Amino acid sequence: MSVLAHVLEQAGIATVGIASVRQQAVDVAPPRMMYCEFPLGRPLGRPSDREFQRDVIMRAFTLLQRTDAPVLEDHPEVITDFSGPPESCPLPPRHDPDLHPAIDEAQGIRGAYDRNLEQYGRTSMGRIAGPDGITDLLQVLIDIEAGTPPTDLGYDDARLVALGQDVRAYYEEAGMQLAGPSGSRELENWFFQVTESGQLVRRVRDALKEAGDHKLAGGYVAPLSQR
Amino acid sequence: MSADADIRERVANLPYPTIETVAVDLAKPLSECKVAIVTTAGLRPNGDIELWSPDPRFTVLPGHAHDVQLSHFSPNFDRTGIIEDINVVYPIDRLAELADEGVIGSVNDRHISFMGAQMDATFSAIINDTAPKAAEILVDDGVDVVLLTPV
Repeated sequence: MSVLAHVLEQAGIATVGIASVRQQAVDVAPPRMMYCEFPLGRPLGRPSDREFQRDVIMRAFTLLQRTDAPVLEDHPEVITDFSGPPESCPLPPRHDPDLHPAIDEAQGIRGAYDRNLEQYGRTSMGRIAGPDGITDLLQVLIDIEAGTPPTDLGYDDARLVALGQDVRAYYEEAGMQLAGPSGSRELENWFFQVTESGQLVRRVRDALKEAGDHKLAGGYVAPLSQR
Repeated sequence: MSADADIRERVANLPYPTIETVAVDLAKPLSECKVAIVTTAGLRPNGDIELWSPDPRFTVLPGHAHDVQLSHFSPNFDRTGIIEDINVVYPIDRLAELADEGVIGSVNDRHISFMGAQMDATFSAIINDTAPKAAEILVDDGVDVVLLTPV
C-alpha cells in the first residue's frame, strides 16, 4: 500500500494511509502514514463503532497538513486480536449419524448462515460455491483425506485455497449469529479448533504439506495462526 | 505471541522497492477537497469474487455501493469485521458523513481496490503499469486526496 501512495503522489494526488505493519511504512517511506496497531483485517479498528472510525480518519487527515514528509505517526490506542474461540458459540447436536460429522454439522448451521446474510447483507462465500454447495465442498475435503488426489477431483492448489476460504466463510458467518459479533479471530479460532469442518480443513492442510507437492495449498488453505 | 503479532513479524522485513518520497503540497483546505479511497483489501463488486488473485490488477468500485465482497487471497487476517461493518475496511459511510458535515469537500463517485500482500517484491507491474492507470482515473475525476486502507 505504501508503494501506491508514492505513485499517487507522483500523479499529483495527496495521500494519507493507515499502516498495519509499521516497519513496512518505515522502509517504503510514503509521505504520510498513521500506524494503527489494530487487528489485521480491521484497519479502522472497531466494526460498528462510528465514532472510533471517524476519529481514526480525522487523525489521519491531520497529517495532510504536515510538510516534513515522510511522516509516520502512531495511533495512540492498541487493539489486539483474541487468542481463543468465543466463550459461547453453540453448535447443534448431531442430527444424522449416517452423515460425515462435518457435513452433518454444516447442514445444522445453515439457518444461522442465512440469518447472518439477511442481517448484514454481505458474505465472503462464493469463490467456488455458495451455501447450497457446502456439502459438495466438504465432500472434496473428505475424499482428499481418504486418499483421493485433489487433481482427480478437479482441484489444483488455487482451487483448494478457494475451497478453504468458502468453507471458513460459511462457518464464521454462521458463527456471527451463534456467538454474536465477535472479536478479531475469535470465530477463526472457533472454526479451526472447535468445529468438525475446521479440523477437517486442518488435517487436509497438514496432509498436503506433508505430501510436499502442494506448497500453495499447504500454505494458504488455512491461516498460519492455525498451525 | 498473538496471531497478528506473528504475521507482522513475518512480513516486517520483506524486500521492498526504494522510491523517492514526493509529497504533494495540498493547495486548498480539506473542506474543499474531493476524497477517494484506495484500499488493498482486494474488494470486488458482488459476484466478481475470484479463486486466486495475488496480482497487480485493480478494481474500480462504485462510490456509494455497499455490495462488495472480500476477494483477498490471503487467509491471514480476520474476516468477520468486514461482514459486520464494511466501514472497518472501506469507510465509505464515514466519508459521506464527513462530506455532509463539510469537513471534506466531497466523496468521489468511485474508489479503487488493489490486492494486498503482493508476491512480487519489486512491485514493478504496480509501479509502472497498474498504479499509474489507477492514478489517472482519480486525476480525471478531480480527486485531491486519497485515503489508503490495508487489511
